[in-house]
Amino acid sequence: MNRLDRKFNELKQKRKKAFVAFIMAGDPSLGTTKKLILELEKSGADIIELGVPFSDPLADGPTIQRSSERALKHKVNIDSVSNLVRNVRSETDVPIVFLTYYNLIYHYGLDKFVKKATSSGVDGVIIPDLPPEESKDLQRIARKNKFSLIHLAAPTSSRERLRKISDASTGFIYYVSLTGTTGARNKLPKEISGSLRRLKRVTKKPVCVGFGISTPNQVRSISKSADGVIVGSAIIKVIERNIGKKDLVKKVGRFVQCLALDRPVQG
Amino acid sequence: MLPDKYGKFDGFGGKFVPETLMVALQELEREYKKALKSTKFKQELGELLEVYAGRPTPLYFARNLSKQTGGCRIYLKREDLLHTGAHKINNTLGQVLLAVKMGKSRIIAETGAGQHGVATATAAAMFGLPCDVYMGIEDIGRQALNVFKMKLLGARVIPVYSGSKTLKDATNEAIRDWVTNVRTTHYIIGSVVGPHPYPAMVRDFQTVIGKETKKQILKYEGRLPDYMVACVGGGSNSIGFFHEFFKSKVKFIGVEAGGLGLASGKHGAALCKGKPGILHGSKSYLLQDKNGQVTVAHSISAGLDYPGVGPEHSYYKETGRAQYVAVTDKESLEGFKMLSEIEGIIPALEPSHAIYYAVKKLAPKLKKNKIIAICLSGRGDKDIDIIKGLS
Repeated sequence: MNRLDRKFNELKQKRKKAFVAFIMAGDPSLGTTKKLILELEKSGADIIELGVPFSDPLADGPTIQRSSERALKHKVNIDSVSNLVRNVRSETDVPIVFLTYYNLIYHYGLDKFVKKATSSGVDGVIIPDLPPEESKDLQRIARKNKFSLIHLAAPTSSRERLRKISDASTGFIYYVSLTGTTGARNKLPKEISGSLRRLKRVTKKPVCVGFGISTPNQVRSISKSADGVIVGSAIIKVIERNIGKKDLVKKVGRFVQCLALDRPVQG
Repeated sequence: MLPDKYGKFDGFGGKFVPETLMVALQELEREYKKALKSTKFKQELGELLEVYAGRPTPLYFARNLSKQTGGCRIYLKREDLLHTGAHKINNTLGQVLLAVKMGKSRIIAETGAGQHGVATATAAAMFGLPCDVYMGIEDIGRQALNVFKMKLLGARVIPVYSGSKTLKDATNEAIRDWVTNVRTTHYIIGSVVGPHPYPAMVRDFQTVIGKETKKQILKYEGRLPDYMVACVGGGSNSIGFFHEFFKSKVKFIGVEAGGLGLASGKHGAALCKGKPGILHGSKSYLLQDKNGQVTVAHSISAGLDYPGVGPEHSYYKETGRAQYVAVTDKESLEGFKMLSEIEGIIPALEPSHAIYYAVKKLAPKLKKNKIIAICLSGRGDKDIDIIKGLS
């Protein structure tokens, strides 16, 4: 059992839902990313999703695209982000999963990647352009190393596909709330709770919902029917607005507090 | 016959896309397979290709060119004579027809040089479907004529400002649109790239080039050519040209964009200089840096200015079925001038790469009785401003 599984067990016992915070490693700098990880945990994030920037992030909207471009200017790569996690592990046990695109991992080498990540204290990875059909090799390597491989499920996924996604996933399942790219939305589709019930019927694994979620109300309402919520672009926007300012880390912390804390206990 | 049921050409290809698109790809695969077998679909498309696009295109014996190179016989497959000026229309007519069958009410496309954008806008206009074309702001600048044409045809040209601001990023943006509007929209990819079934489907729509060539060369020469030469960006004209001859002994040569020279790092030669990787939904040779970040391609011809290549070409390369070479910007201009002056045909800069290689590098080494067929994938109107700017 890795940190991620332990966290979901612990939350389940407390009848609480996970708050997953996404930030891009290296935006605005790797040093700040380290401070942000610690601040996010303090502010109520149960799990940190750490982006490893890719030149062609085709599942991402403009906010995370800009964040990737800023991070890439610092030549951030799998090695430097893994080393950052190893470094922060002396100060926190918060579960950390990578989010990145498949070419970076394929290029690095699947086996080498999983070993590097696990030995650095990374608990899993989310790869938006790797559906279960293409992830068989990585699934095998990940299982052997107790490294979570989180697959995504979408509103368009058929029942048969939801089952396939559930079988292939470890750690949790990432449910994409809408058909579209990442980025804050004022309104989320009404059918989310129905879709989640459909997914829950085929899986016992935890389900976290992401894409478009940006306000405390949205976090609260989605928490009712999921095991966790994921917020990314909304946090990146706060980072973006405060680049170059001394209180960037604090401001991000305060924003995440508003989203993450005081969520009602759910069964 | 490849690809296999996973959409793989011996390991290349596949479906590396966000989950949201998987169902749409399955639907497309189903419909396209049905269409392949349907006599009615084939008839409808065949008729459009004939009376609307202008097929069959001639296979022209380039007498002057042949004489100048010392005597081996050079033929040009005249895709430049098609409606909209390039082979791209073969694919867009097929795909729009499929989109209509699938009940999709909107068409999107990406474009580099603008040829695929114009061909898509044309087919969409004819079928009365709204059409949005994504185009990098760099390309909008250098291909103003095609931008104007697309607008005339009623399409919306959406400028892309992200990343390299060329074809690669236009494709990212089109995929993002498709993820968002997948239920109502069909995405017409312009080359044999992208997730399965696109590489196979676009190939099948383009094989008409090779099928006609085969019939024509048998009629004129009584035998198959010894060499077939075509330019390779994403690789649709070349695959369409080669595929019918796959099982024969004809030697295939794919000519990539050498840009400022392979040593300069500024080129579009994914097969000559890249490594296998994953971009835009499939595994194939890819230009990338030491961390796996996709690098920016360079070519004088916008149609070859792409860091990836179709997965079937990677398969051809790995198995040695085709040979891949590169021709620089400067050399392609020489090919461009040569064909214009000697044969009275102004080619696009993309096939000018193939012409240069065939005439300057290949033909001089061959015996007199050898036959070379070159795919002249498009005409040069769109490039006139670039050429004017250089002289």
